[in-house]
Amino acid sequence: MTQAREDTAPDRAGLTAGSSGAVASRRRRRYSVLTSRDKLILALMVGIPLIFDLIFIWGPTIASVVLSFTQWNGVHPLDGSQWVGLGNYEKLWSSYAPFWEGVKHNVLWFLVLMLIATPLGMFFAILLDREMRGTRIYQTIFYMPVVLSLAVVGLIWEFQYSQDNGLIDSVFRSLHIGNVDWLGDPNVNLWATLVAASWRHVGYIMVLYLAGLKSVDPSLREAAAIDGASGTQTYLHVVFWVMMPINIVIAVVTTIESLRAFDIAYIINHGKNGLELLSTLITNNSISEANFIGFGSAIAVVLLVVSLVPIVTFLTRMMREEKQ
Amino acid sequence: MDDQEKRAGLLSGGQVTRRDVLKAGVIGAAGLTVLPTILAACGGSSATAAPAPITLGSNYSDPVPKKAMADMAAAFTAKTGTPVTINTVDHGTFQDTITNYLGGKPEDVFTWFSGFRMRFFAAQGFAVPIDDVWSTLTSNFSDAFKVGSTGNDGHQYFVPIYNYPWAVFYRKSLFADKSYTIPVTLDDFKALCTKMTADGLIPIAFGDKDGWEAMGTFDIINLRMNGYQFHVDLMAGKQKWTDPKVLAVFNAWKDLMPFHQTGAAGRIWQDAATALVQKKAGMYLLGMFVSQQFKAVDDATLADLDFFPFPNFGTAFDAEKALDAPIDGFMLAAKSAGGAAGAEQTSAKAFVGFLGTGAAQDIYVKADPSNVAAAKDANTSNYNALQQKAVQLISSAQKITQFMDRDTNPGFAGPNGMQNFILQFIGNPSQDLSALLTQIQAFWDGLPA
Repeated sequence: MTQAREDTAPDRAGLTAGSSGAVASRRRRRYSVLTSRDKLILALMVGIPLIFDLIFIWGPTIASVVLSFTQWNGVHPLDGSQWVGLGNYEKLWSSYAPFWEGVKHNVLWFLVLMLIATPLGMFFAILLDREMRGTRIYQTIFYMPVVLSLAVVGLIWEFQYSQDNGLIDSVFRSLHIGNVDWLGDPNVNLWATLVAASWRHVGYIMVLYLAGLKSVDPSLREAAAIDGASGTQTYLHVVFWVMMPINIVIAVVTTIESLRAFDIAYIINHGKNGLELLSTLITNNSISEANFIGFGSAIAVVLLVVSLVPIVTFLTRMMREEKQ
Repeated sequence: MDDQEKRAGLLSGGQVTRRDVLKAGVIGAAGLTVLPTILAACGGSSATAAPAPITLGSNYSDPVPKKAMADMAAAFTAKTGTPVTINTVDHGTFQDTITNYLGGKPEDVFTWFSGFRMRFFAAQGFAVPIDDVWSTLTSNFSDAFKVGSTGNDGHQYFVPIYNYPWAVFYRKSLFADKSYTIPVTLDDFKALCTKMTADGLIPIAFGDKDGWEAMGTFDIINLRMNGYQFHVDLMAGKQKWTDPKVLAVFNAWKDLMPFHQTGAAGRIWQDAATALVQKKAGMYLLGMFVSQQFKAVDDATLADLDFFPFPNFGTAFDAEKALDAPIDGFMLAAKSAGGAAGAEQTSAKAFVGFLGTGAAQDIYVKADPSNVAAAKDANTSNYNALQQKAVQLISSAQKITQFMDRDTNPGFAGPNGMQNFILQFIGNPSQDLSALLTQIQAFWDGLPA
């Protein structure tokens, strides 16, 4: 093998020799970069991830899209008889009430995380960045929920909210405030669940943002201080803008968290009675006794399309920055 | 096993023996292990010398039922020498993934439920017909059990192990203390509820967080007001949810709702049962599994638990004495390794045949006394008072239903279907019920055919 490669390289150089200067320079670059061994390695380095990508990401994605046009229940082999065209989407749009509930709840989930939980996490990060006493302890306390999986978070809060033996209701009762059915009342349970989700989200954002704050060049703050800016002004006019890449990461993380919201609602009541989310509807339809895989796939495709918006925005932005 | 099969068995046994003896001559040690096989084969009656081992997919995942299941399998192994490997899966997960499970590589035998839910999967070709097993079981079961084990095509697919009644449970000591009497009619029942409210009790404990518990209340009111046939037809989609008769059921339920424990949508049945245990609530309409919460306290508390049938509504259907008495049991999976044919299927059929005997079911209901055995030859002399009363109640009923989620299309009963609709009703009983029923019918109509 080695012998052959050594032989072919000068041959190729010989073939192109005698052409114009531009070609000569291109020839030299090609010669230096792409030996056949390099080609092989490159092919492997690109090819293997590509194969995995196709099998594990694109395969299921395309399968979902195809299945969303069928009534397949996972039993009989797929043939033309299960084809329903846009039937599943029409049903989603017009007559399947839980779908619009789910959309509404996902939007609310996003708004609460984006407008309350994320800013709160950023605020905690700024406070902790000021090196006040006990910073480490606060940091640990706020970060603690992030180490727990959302399923565990769901379980913990389910106990807290229980109206018969939960902590929250005991406190309410002792204060003679009325009895609230935190998890059963469809007007309340989404907000109760959002408190649980935010409890975890705040810590997550705090750590991400704190890491960013630590990396801000201190001389910028000094300069702002010399110019007479207050702490708040320094943050709003200098630090926030310097931290733009982190801000974008946090916005994307928050968006993704609200799109993939699932665990807590599913633990609490399988996502029904006021806790419908697109993700729980997908699960309840696709993985159930009746196995409405086709219909579940249609909801999954909707969620995919919605998810593509922030992903594409994020990626194009990142790529543009890299080019610069 | 008929004569022909027996002869075939002996013949094949002879061939194996001859070859084994030859081998044994060559490899001395091997002969030692083969020897018992030869002896067994010569025994004549036990011609199936080494029965093929079988596997059982079980959703009996709670500790008590799990142990009881293991005991039954061990008894079968002791009796026949057939090893049984049990694969236990959490029952919620088992039910949610049943289609994938049965369509993939299921165990030879699996636990399941009678009713529409059984026929639904049998009709899809997931189960092995076991008419031959039933030819020996028929005399050991009442006709209702045989009907409950029969698929749409008239073949049997299911072996019942036990069932349990849904009734109104109460504590004897509480009723004695307050001199309450057992209500027979709906008016008695309402009067009792009013009295309990005045005494500071919650008349009817209630929890529906998991979405299925309250289905039992709908079932029994519908059975009393509209009768067995209408109920079954409604569950099968032959009657419409928009029928005024269904509206009447929800209206009757609405009248009773003020007597129910509030906040049911956020309460699991165990917590509602605790209210009954603690005498904060007077009554609870649930399956007999409610007794598990009493047994968990102590035996004296369990002995204090009693029940009465849901009151009469003064309709022609009172005489049916119909109730939900769900049957659990076993089926043979068609796609298992030995499911289609062969020695494993023979073993599996022998196993479910064994599970259909009193000897097996005694083991089970002794360990889990919240049920009563289905087989006629089961030993009922060791039953506790509750079990004895359950046998009476079930046998006095002219019509028996399974339960809403067992009597109807699984896709209809699920979390975003009927579970959700009933939760909507409980959350706001004074809403426009006709609109709710229109939604329910639209949901049924939207299900894939």
